[in-house]
Amino acid sequence: MTYDAVILGAGHNGLVTACYLARAGMKVLVVEKNDWIGGAAVSRELTPGFTYSNCSYVASLFRPEIMRDLELPRHGLQILPYEGGAVLQEGGGYLGMFRDHDANRREFARHSPRDAEAYDIYSRDVLRHCRFIRPLLLRTPPDPARFRPRDMGELLWIGKQVSALSEAQIAGMVRFWTMSISDYLDHYFENPVIKAYLAVSAIIGTALGPMSPGSAYVLLHHYMGDVDGNIGAWGFARGGMGAITRALASSLRSSGGEIRTGAAVEKVLVKGGRTTGVVLEGGDEIRAKRVISNMDVKRTMLRHVDEADLPGDYIASVRKFKTRGSSGKLNIALDGVPKFPALPEGSTALKGDLHFTDSIEKMERAYDDWKAGHFSRDPFQDVMIPTMIDPTMTPPGKHFMSCFVQYAPPKIEGRDWTDADRDAFGQTCLDQIERYAPGFKNLVLHVEVRTPRELEAEVGLTEGNIFQGELTFDQLLFNRPVPGYANYRTPVRDLWICGSSTHPGGGVMGAPGRNAAAEILRDAKLSVRDMSDAWAVL
Amino acid sequence: MIPQRHYEKPLRETPFHPRTAPLNRLQNWGAWAGYMTPSCYGDSAMEHTGIRNTATLYDISPMIKYRIRGPEAADYLNRLTLRDAARLPVGAVHYTAWTDDAGQVMDDGTLFRLGADDFRLCCQERHLPWLLDSAWGFDVTIGDETDRIAGLALQGPVSATVLAAAGFDVSALKPFRLATFPLSAGEVTISRTGFTGDLGYELWTTPEDALVLWDHLMAHGAPLGLVPTGTDAVMLARTEAGFLTTNLDFIPAQQALREDRTRSPLELGLGWMIAWDKGPFTGRRALMAEREGKTSRWALVGLDIPGNVSAEGSILYHGKRREAGFVTAACWSPTLKRNIAIAHVAAKYADCRDLWVEIYALRELQYHKLMLPVTKTERPFFAPDRRRATPPGRF
Ligand SMILES: Cc1cc2nc3c(=O)[nH]c(=O)nc-3n(C[C@H](O)[C@H](O)[C@H](O)COP(=O)(O)OP(=O)(O)OC[C@H]3O[C@@H](n4cnc5c(N)ncnc54)[C@H](O)[C@@H]3O)c2cc1C
Repeated sequence: MTYDAVILGAGHNGLVTACYLARAGMKVLVVEKNDWIGGAAVSRELTPGFTYSNCSYVASLFRPEIMRDLELPRHGLQILPYEGGAVLQEGGGYLGMFRDHDANRREFARHSPRDAEAYDIYSRDVLRHCRFIRPLLLRTPPDPARFRPRDMGELLWIGKQVSALSEAQIAGMVRFWTMSISDYLDHYFENPVIKAYLAVSAIIGTALGPMSPGSAYVLLHHYMGDVDGNIGAWGFARGGMGAITRALASSLRSSGGEIRTGAAVEKVLVKGGRTTGVVLEGGDEIRAKRVISNMDVKRTMLRHVDEADLPGDYIASVRKFKTRGSSGKLNIALDGVPKFPALPEGSTALKGDLHFTDSIEKMERAYDDWKAGHFSRDPFQDVMIPTMIDPTMTPPGKHFMSCFVQYAPPKIEGRDWTDADRDAFGQTCLDQIERYAPGFKNLVLHVEVRTPRELEAEVGLTEGNIFQGELTFDQLLFNRPVPGYANYRTPVRDLWICGSSTHPGGGVMGAPGRNAAAEILRDAKLSVRDMSDAWAVL
Repeated sequence: MIPQRHYEKPLRETPFHPRTAPLNRLQNWGAWAGYMTPSCYGDSAMEHTGIRNTATLYDISPMIKYRIRGPEAADYLNRLTLRDAARLPVGAVHYTAWTDDAGQVMDDGTLFRLGADDFRLCCQERHLPWLLDSAWGFDVTIGDETDRIAGLALQGPVSATVLAAAGFDVSALKPFRLATFPLSAGEVTISRTGFTGDLGYELWTTPEDALVLWDHLMAHGAPLGLVPTGTDAVMLARTEAGFLTTNLDFIPAQQALREDRTRSPLELGLGWMIAWDKGPFTGRRALMAEREGKTSRWALVGLDIPGNVSAEGSILYHGKRREAGFVTAACWSPTLKRNIAIAHVAAKYADCRDLWVEIYALRELQYHKLMLPVTKTERPFFAPDRRRATPPGRF
């Protein structure tokens, strides 16, 4: 039997693509190498009673258009907004974060009255950039080098958006897209802690430091999402990030799609420049009219497609696509809530994210270690305790702590990570938390430590890059992943890619998967009726 | 000093809270710039009647207040704002506004000249970074004194009489002038200003003396009909007067997400305040170009609407079909017995000919659509002579 489409990988983007195709009437199979689904949007129980968000841990980017199209709430998805967070300072002070505008202003004013008011101007400017970029998320980027009618139409559309901007805004936009976050924040703020807090979103998942040009854009990538229209807000998926992929899988099955786990793809079959299906490890062959890879572009093309079936310059570009890993993760089962003496009793900060990096300089020094091929001795950590809000992930009174860590290089001084390196990395992170929460270590029941090595081995993220390729401007829009192939196609006819390596990039967003489905359906001359275009919320 | 646990009460209490809270029978509070103030103590219609019939007290402490001092304070304000601050006499106040370089309004407010080199700027929004950045090259100091000054608006035809009874002789005080009087150990500054279009004053003192002031005014004023009023009644009065409110009648330029949402002073009907010849000021070049090129995109107008259904939030149409503008404030005016509105109309419809308003009239849970012709009318809608008379009338 021949499937209309086989999707390689049950990451959230692969599942999104599969859902749209199945809804349009295609016979769809998803094959996943792991015994579980989810890719980097996954929740597993590694120690009894505790569910982790093993990779991604917070949601904001996931497009509500997709949640609605695929009826994910009916399939169990619930997004919980959260509030709070704090940067703990070295001397015992802190800067807290509040959803309430007045409370947040006063908190900033504790550190700098001027910056407290500058924050509104800054937010306005970042929101203006969001207004520009958000409509681009659910559109295939046009290829400026080709003159096909649809590319021309899209270019014109973008031109129209740009021409609506004033000269000052265009100048501001170019600055924003090219600057370092450090320089960008200097335009608005004077206080080091405030700047350290705001710089965080610009380094998450990227192998750039806060002083590297281009890091400001990464901030936008983390700001342009929303929780129910609240732009820039983040939330938890109830039950962990795996709840998103569970809901997608349920939605897929309800429209007739199939998922096979424990089914790793060995090879994409190509005959006469066209794919005919895949062979799994172990030899099973699956025939399909089209093959859609959710793996990153490097893994797909360099490991599973015969070199002879690809043009040389394409291979060269794929090989040069930057996937430098920079992040690690600790997932911790806790016997109770750790106490941070700097925070007032009952502080809401514990319901949001906690940082211990109180200046941009410290953040940059953490990056210096990465450049030298080492994990950061004084790392940046984004620490959260989702169970402060979500009652479903642990037994009552117990907690799950998620620690996202930077920086961790793909290789240690040029050689592969060892178990000893991984343990030393984990210890460094635990020690740092202990410094701000004495007694914390006594609460630890179980720890999962993940370096780029583990991320690559489990999820297949090449070099452990969490976005399936860096989000630098040179790898965005029509350059993602490779010039000429930003439309989710590949040099092999009927072989597509739908993961975060494609526009608009990484994060649990679903947009690449949805856009790929739009192209595939258009190519198959099937209706894309049940697919929402981007909604305006600003 | 901001206390560490400030977030437990995101809306702060004003210095008058110990008095306003027990009087607030409905416990109906509104948020204003991070403070809570009564929206309505018990009955907005009665409170509005107080404004137009006797005298009312309204807590204006949350208003943002910046103190600007220094040998070049007047030069600085001349550069910053639209009117000629150098010509503002000591002891006087003027209503002014300021714009960004593109000539788009950032806020309006009142500027008090407390001394030759000493000013206070009262406004709705926060502007510290802008004020500080604009001070480059000027010998001035700028500080936020919002929570160091408690303010009360005493408004209504009997307000001068209340002040006289309280021992503050303001009979010689002209509109937009101020005078200072002793109050317990400190003092109170009284300016003949307000937001109701009626006879009225604003009283300024320290948070420490706030309750003394309230009690003193109430003790002498209550027999004359002095009552506290909430924001709802004041907003009705300001609409009758035709005054603008930032973020209700226009979006301040520094907050606009859409570039076309901003407005120039000419587009807001504030062209009269621009002192074109005073020398350079921020926005001047853009405003000159707008004036000379007649490139204003909008006009702010006062409208008279048939019937009695308030047109709040309504859309205006030319020839009943083409969208031509929108209403930002409207009410059935109890004082004027007229249905009035403040609206933005596209410049080419500024004469308001063949202009219609679409109103959804709520009648027992059901909306009925009305399409009514509008008439352009003078603003302020309500401007009684008593507001200007010096000495002021007894009622
Ligand atoms: C540690 C970490 C923290 C993160 N935190 C956040 C966050 O908080 N919020 C956020 O929005 N984003 C976060 N991200 C990023 C986000 O999770 C990813 O960008 C996104 O989940 C990638 O989804 P995807 O569907 O494109 O690909 P993937 O999730 O990478 O899916 C690829 C799938 O292909 C499968 N696969 C690989 N090889 C084969 C094979 N040979 N055969 C069959 N299947 C195969 C993999 O097992 C996987 O299931 C984080 C990522 C990581 C790693």
